[in-house]
Amino acid sequence: MTPRPTSAPGQKASSPMRILVDLDKCCGAGSCVLAAPRVFDQRDDGIVLLLDESPPEDLHKAVREAAAVCPASAITLEERD
Amino acid sequence: MSTDTDDQVLSYPLPAPSALEPPPEWVQLRERCPVAHVRLASGDSAMMLTRYADIRQVLSDPRFTRDLSADGAARTTANEGGSAFENAEAAALVSGERHQSWRRLVMKWFTAKQILAMQQRMETMVNSLVDDMVAKGAPADLLASVGFPFPVWVICDLLGIPDIDRDKLAYWSNTMLSMTQYTQQEIDAAQLEFRQYMTAHITSKRDNPGPDLISELLTVVDEGQRLTEQELIFTAQGILVAGHETTSNMIGKMMAMLLADRARWEQLLQDPALVRTAVEEALRYDANSGFGLPRFLTHDAEIAGHSVPRGTTLVCSLSAANRDERAFERADAMDLTRTPNPHLAFGAGPHSCVGQTLARTELQTVLTLLLRRLPTLALAVPPDALPRRTGLLVGGLEQVLVRW
Repeated sequence: MTPRPTSAPGQKASSPMRILVDLDKCCGAGSCVLAAPRVFDQRDDGIVLLLDESPPEDLHKAVREAAAVCPASAITLEERD
Repeated sequence: MSTDTDDQVLSYPLPAPSALEPPPEWVQLRERCPVAHVRLASGDSAMMLTRYADIRQVLSDPRFTRDLSADGAARTTANEGGSAFENAEAAALVSGERHQSWRRLVMKWFTAKQILAMQQRMETMVNSLVDDMVAKGAPADLLASVGFPFPVWVICDLLGIPDIDRDKLAYWSNTMLSMTQYTQQEIDAAQLEFRQYMTAHITSKRDNPGPDLISELLTVVDEGQRLTEQELIFTAQGILVAGHETTSNMIGKMMAMLLADRARWEQLLQDPALVRTAVEEALRYDANSGFGLPRFLTHDAEIAGHSVPRGTTLVCSLSAANRDERAFERADAMDLTRTPNPHLAFGAGPHSCVGQTLARTELQTVLTLLLRRLPTLALAVPPDALPRRTGLLVGGLEQVLVRW
């Protein structure tokens, strides 16, 4: 019997996420930074700064929250499963 | 004008049964009449929106302007001078092309990083206010003791205003936000005194700059971006008016909602990590957020399948949208763990509240410290006897009596 291959720890998971931010729409509210501080930051003028456009799976929930609560709808997620 | 409520015109804002409960009409309006004809305190007509999706659409669309000084726009108050919404000079700064560059200048002071750097000072402020309240003994008015002074202290800090002038600022902001509580004469006097005070403050910051927003804005030299003295005063006024009453009232309402049902307070005592989501849920669940956001239509538009002609004034009831079952599961239940919680308490779109991270942090700080310091905190009156504040653009409670 051959064991099914599993992904090694630390490796990007099999369900990648790609984050797109619309800088023109961004209103600088900072709610993404509060929801997912490891993925989003703000420039000095408040506009979003994406720290990781393809974050690991343990951050996906926080990133989905950030996208959902963005008051300007400036965060789009591309997810495949 | 297209409306399905020709049989009845509601008076806006709609009366609510008690301070923490929503007007019963909301459910029906969202269901059957999402664009409803209403009459404002001025006697002028407007269309009221109650659904989450419609309000989000309107607030995100630049054709719906914030300039209520425009010809034909409804007057929101019965006062001659109109309310904070109807100042043409201020409107020029915060709408249209000038808005974005202005917003980015001011935004610098409201980023998550800036606000988190203020957190320590905020904790010191709340602790000292709670110390005073505890020293005077129970029962105490949580609103007068903590909720009302705290946000004005924070704004004074932000604007570089000395501690001894905090009370003056609190009075002016209270008066400038009035719809019916003060006479036009009192409102005009408050405006004038505030402007004179700020003019002198700006002069003193020009000579002795400090680590504050006014000093920083004075250093902007770029021709296109630089603010005139008048614009600086409007900026300070806007921050005070938008950041004081709103947050003060929300502190009172949040605490009242959380203490009205002991299970909520117990849940937070057991798991203080819920403070963040609990604050968001309090913002969503607040049925008494006040006037909502007005918009003026410069073009014909379609909302919820209704054609709405240009020249219409819309009022977006943010609280009604936050209870919309189409947007939130079990919208009528307060769930302190709700995630995500894309409520509209701070508006949405390009004009979404610039100070929302500040407000969130202030609310979280108050809640965290009250849980830690006064775990036995309880309302000293039954929830349905909580007295409401009336006559202001922002809804709130007159008093939140507590014991511990």
